[in-house]
Amino acid sequence: MKYLDEFRDPILAKNLLEEIKRLSKGNWNIMEVCGGQTHSLVKHGITQMLPENINMIHGPGCPVCVTPLQLIDKAIYLAERKDVTLCSFGDMIRVPGSEKSLLEAKAEGADIRILYSPLEAVQIAQANPDKEVVFFAVGFETTAPANALSVFQAKQLGLQNYSILTSHVLVPPAIEAIMNDPECQIDAFLGAGHVCAIMGMEAYPRLVDKHGIPIVITGFEPIDLLQGVLMAVKQLEQGKTDLENQYARVVNPEGNSSAIDLINKIFEIRDREWRGIGNIPQSGYELKAEYQDYDANLKFNIDLEPVSESEKCIAGQILKGIKKPYECAAFGKECQPQSPLGAPMVSSEGACAAYYHFSNYQQKIA
Amino acid sequence: MSESEEFIRMKLACPMPKLDFDIITLGHGSGGLLTHKLLNEFVFEALGDCLLNADHDGATLKIEGNIAMTTDSFVVSPIFFPGGNIGDLAINGTLNDLAMCGAKPTYLSLAFIIEEGFALADFWEVLMSIKWAAVQNEVKIVTGDTKVVDQGKGDQIFINTTGIGHILKQSQIDATRIQASDKIVLSGPLAAHGMAIMSKRDGLEFETTIESDTQCVYPIVEAAIQSFGEKIKLLRDPTRGGLATSLNEIAQTTGLGIQIQEASLPIDAQVKSACEILGFDPVYVANEGIFICVCKAEVADPLLETLRSIEGGNKACMIGEFVDAHPGQVVLETGIGGRRVLNMLLGEQLPRIC
Repeated sequence: MKYLDEFRDPILAKNLLEEIKRLSKGNWNIMEVCGGQTHSLVKHGITQMLPENINMIHGPGCPVCVTPLQLIDKAIYLAERKDVTLCSFGDMIRVPGSEKSLLEAKAEGADIRILYSPLEAVQIAQANPDKEVVFFAVGFETTAPANALSVFQAKQLGLQNYSILTSHVLVPPAIEAIMNDPECQIDAFLGAGHVCAIMGMEAYPRLVDKHGIPIVITGFEPIDLLQGVLMAVKQLEQGKTDLENQYARVVNPEGNSSAIDLINKIFEIRDREWRGIGNIPQSGYELKAEYQDYDANLKFNIDLEPVSESEKCIAGQILKGIKKPYECAAFGKECQPQSPLGAPMVSSEGACAAYYHFSNYQQKIA
Repeated sequence: MSESEEFIRMKLACPMPKLDFDIITLGHGSGGLLTHKLLNEFVFEALGDCLLNADHDGATLKIEGNIAMTTDSFVVSPIFFPGGNIGDLAINGTLNDLAMCGAKPTYLSLAFIIEEGFALADFWEVLMSIKWAAVQNEVKIVTGDTKVVDQGKGDQIFINTTGIGHILKQSQIDATRIQASDKIVLSGPLAAHGMAIMSKRDGLEFETTIESDTQCVYPIVEAAIQSFGEKIKLLRDPTRGGLATSLNEIAQTTGLGIQIQEASLPIDAQVKSACEILGFDPVYVANEGIFICVCKAEVADPLLETLRSIEGGNKACMIGEFVDAHPGQVVLETGIGGRRVLNMLLGEQLPRIC
């Protein structure tokens, strides 16, 4: 089993689609939480292959998209300091701040490094004791263990020149916020498979019971997504509200205990501002008191003017699934990946980017 | 590389001359004694009889018939990567551009811009690769230039090569001749070069046996054009920007639509896995040893047979066709039977977060 080809098998896909069409009678709004799932749906053409009565609504599972504008400005401010090396995941560097993106700051000479892992940033800090190394620690629970480990390692090594600028967000509070929003009309969720691989499924029965909605923890390959949709449709047609695990080959209901222990050791849960959505209580990770020396927000006295978002950008409505990207007046016109008004147009997990790159937004193909 | 090629390459490689310096300094680009020492005792020593008439400001050549000319600059980082180095790219890249014009490469110019501090041992290795690529493909390096810039103003070494070649008499490469129903053939697997480079980039290193696919494709092109002549309408090598960008360029030039089948795109398993892990789409990753061939539908199958019979073309595949629908757009039929637009690459692909 190679796990790539099998989960992209066209015959399996056809069978699942036929079963979905056969079983689904009602009009259902299903939200896939994770931006990676959104991209997979659009990239493989699944959104167009599903029957019309199934409406896939794209959720806020794009950590880059929900990182507050001011935090991006802070990252750019730090990067532009001569004594700082700013390290970041690749995705983050194209997102526009209030004046420029990290990529533009890099072109202007800021020392910005694109890394795949925060542990590389620790190595850079070790190798360059005369420079302050800051890692822009963005992500959902999936990247939290690695970011936590980087802080743990830095403390073990006694490094004084490493810190993280945290923008960690949690999925279950986001689902709660969406269900509490009267503008959102969601009938079922496809849960974020990789987040659950880390955290397990413990947070979800409460949400299922409180809001009376099916939640199916789902993977990312086309067959995963089709199977997840089918499982959700079956529940909806039968009036059931259960928590199910489609991604059982990866997700263990207890999660990854080593990762969870590490996260709990380094981080604590606090309220967090989500770009486009607003404050969601108890929805983000911040460093615990004993690791505050590694908190870039506290280490550097960053005093920036408050900023406002572009009025034309409707990212908040996109992230909550109230509107689809092509329903935005600026989509594909003033707002394109080369000149984005907001984050969903440049992130590899942003819904607007998915539609721009992969869909027939110019209405030219049948 | 075959055993005989390996043997020939070793014979061509010669030990680095012992000089009284081991790094390049600004003086080596000054045009004076140090420059002469570097050129005569090192560069010309390395390139041996590739060089024709090394002593003049330029080369005088006798050329008859229709010729093609191309130029390219090479700035790859890192300069050494699995499967080759910047020297291989500098020769193969320009030879391939000539091949895409339906031309047999004959002469090259070779220009270096070297950063002060560049190690002589590294320079020698690059020169050996240049020599090997030139000898193997029977091209003469007839003129050149060497400049040195201050430390920090370059990136070890940049290379420019300009090439000329005689257009094969059977060649009628012309995008305006392309029509709907013409087929699109790809000469080999995607994305190997770009992923080989990625595997050595700071912060992204991963263990792999992926090697760059850098090679001169002229022998494969020659076989195709000599066998199928005017039935071959266009050749294009999908380097930076990848297959998708090249196809978009061709679609826009012709004003026709292109339909590609994802399931037929050739890609090696390791390369595919590496792309998946890092979040790269193989259709946007750079290639250095494959080409797109647009041909009349009726010759697609025998063309594939011909390509596959030549070393370096063994994995050629038919990947799509031109259509009247969606003019100027490239549409991909996905592996599971969906359809989506395949746009040009916008900016650099970046590794994903999660």
